[in-house]
Amino acid sequence: MSAPDHRHAIVARDLVKSFGERRALDGISLEVRQGELFCLLGPNGGGKSTLFRILATLSLPDSGSAAIAGHDVVTEASEVRARLGVVFQSPSLDGKLTILENLRCGGALYGLKGAGLESRINEAAKALNLTDRLNDPVETLSGGLQRRAEIAKCLLIRPEVLLLDEPSTGLDPGARLDLWAALEKLRAEHGVTALCTTHLMEEAARADRVAIVSSGKLVALGTPEELTSAIGGDVISLGVSRETGADQLARTITEKTGIPATVVEGEVRIEHREAYQLAARLSGEFPGAITSLRIARPTLEDVFIARTGRLFADQDVEPERTKTAKGNKRNKR
Amino acid sequence: MTKPTRLLLTPAIAFWWRDVIRFLRQRNRIIGALATPLVFWLLVGTGFGPSFRNPAAVAAAGATGSYLAYFFPGILVLIMLFTAIFSTISVIEDRREGFLQGALVAPLSPAAIPLGKFLGGTTLAVLQALLFCLLAPLAGLPIGLHQILLLLPALIVTGFAMTGLGFLVAWPMDSTQGFHAIMNIFLMPLWMMSGALFPMPAGTGWLHLVAMLNPVSYGVEAIRSSFAPTISEALSSGYVTGVCITALFAAVLFAVSVRLVEKRSRRG
Repeated sequence: MSAPDHRHAIVARDLVKSFGERRALDGISLEVRQGELFCLLGPNGGGKSTLFRILATLSLPDSGSAAIAGHDVVTEASEVRARLGVVFQSPSLDGKLTILENLRCGGALYGLKGAGLESRINEAAKALNLTDRLNDPVETLSGGLQRRAEIAKCLLIRPEVLLLDEPSTGLDPGARLDLWAALEKLRAEHGVTALCTTHLMEEAARADRVAIVSSGKLVALGTPEELTSAIGGDVISLGVSRETGADQLARTITEKTGIPATVVEGEVRIEHREAYQLAARLSGEFPGAITSLRIARPTLEDVFIARTGRLFADQDVEPERTKTAKGNKRNKR
Repeated sequence: MTKPTRLLLTPAIAFWWRDVIRFLRQRNRIIGALATPLVFWLLVGTGFGPSFRNPAAVAAAGATGSYLAYFFPGILVLIMLFTAIFSTISVIEDRREGFLQGALVAPLSPAAIPLGKFLGGTTLAVLQALLFCLLAPLAGLPIGLHQILLLLPALIVTGFAMTGLGFLVAWPMDSTQGFHAIMNIFLMPLWMMSGALFPMPAGTGWLHLVAMLNPVSYGVEAIRSSFAPTISEALSSGYVTGVCITALFAAVLFAVSVRLVEKRSRRG
């Protein structure tokens, strides 16, 4: 482990973790700056949950190291835990208890009690607009409110770093916006660093920086703008007739125009600075072969495709924690 | 900056409180833990009654010498076993996708979760057993102040041990299905071979050996002697040995649980 680096809230160095034959993490390194909203984007099974569990001190890496707020997650787990708020994918609130009772229990886990605890509860409830819902049993709340109550529980300890595992799972679009507004407010008012895992492109696009993780490797890292502008223009997707075939068309286009064309899930995909002119030219030259034509500004999904040559679909599912149905257990407890 | 700590008491009290509140808010659990043993006691007790002839056991059954009276302490232990199982089986899901997830990332002493769980399970088990004791007169057993004073320590150590058995089975498990299997092949026989259901033969046979080695026997023994008509009779009939050995057993279960939590908390 290098010397503790206080400018970085989270540092990971060459993390490797295998489950049997499968490498869930294959040498990932990244740094998250203080006060940053950072997203780990990747398909399910790509390794982001494994990375999350190592950072949350729930799992040990096979090799490599990681530090939170300057403390090693392996050798100084207690120090890390005292500074870390963790929001799990499945709710960690007790549905039979009210929000207030959950917050009191949550605070007790960190040794908070009495007047000090009550004032922290008020502070956290205010930060997440929960003050008038404190006495509601958690199982009666909507998914969005439950998620906000989870975050409130984490705030009791005034964490330096918040880790959130797929925080918008099971939330409707309105509740997702609320969640992000809450995170941005926490960052602005309390300087909290937040690392979120997600498999949703739109969500990652709201982060300060995004790390794309696939097959246990870091395939891209930067601000959403940096990543999408690196694509070099707009993206053309061509549907191809059965007789011609996508591979054949892609080869022909590359031969004739010298512009690289790839095949992704049966469609021909081309990145180009002057996409409109090129699209007009292609539709003139291959009228029978092209069945549909789409031009779009590049998104993070295009970044993923460009870096991995694959669509952003689920990869092999991780051996642990996958049978957990996402989000649908919420109302059972 | 918070000092690096490994918290024990405050979190343990929170776990304890949570278990009791949850239980009180789930009526069906109260009914489940009391009604099953009640039905069992009445059906088995009434059915076996006429064939209950073992002289030593008839003597142990108190004034009436009835099987219902003999079986009563055994049923108290069964109530505690059921309560303990219900309150520890939740650990399996709770740790994977519930409240205990938060406990695993908090700076806790490895003893905090077991301590809270043991206290919670014991409280519920003892309360339910005491409630059932209201039926003791029906079995012809005396239940006055001194019986209750003797019962309390016996119930507490037995409840602690039963919760310990449940916790040790639940904590390493990944699914509740596995728990049910262990319950049927391990926990129930432990109860049956304890003298709870039928008197274990004295002498040198293998059943006697099983009863001697079975720690649950001593809890049953302690509870049975609590119902003696006088304190001196209770103390001379195995009460002290029963309470002490059960307490020792409970302490061992607790120590092993702490070790398990310590090992498990960083797995995977």
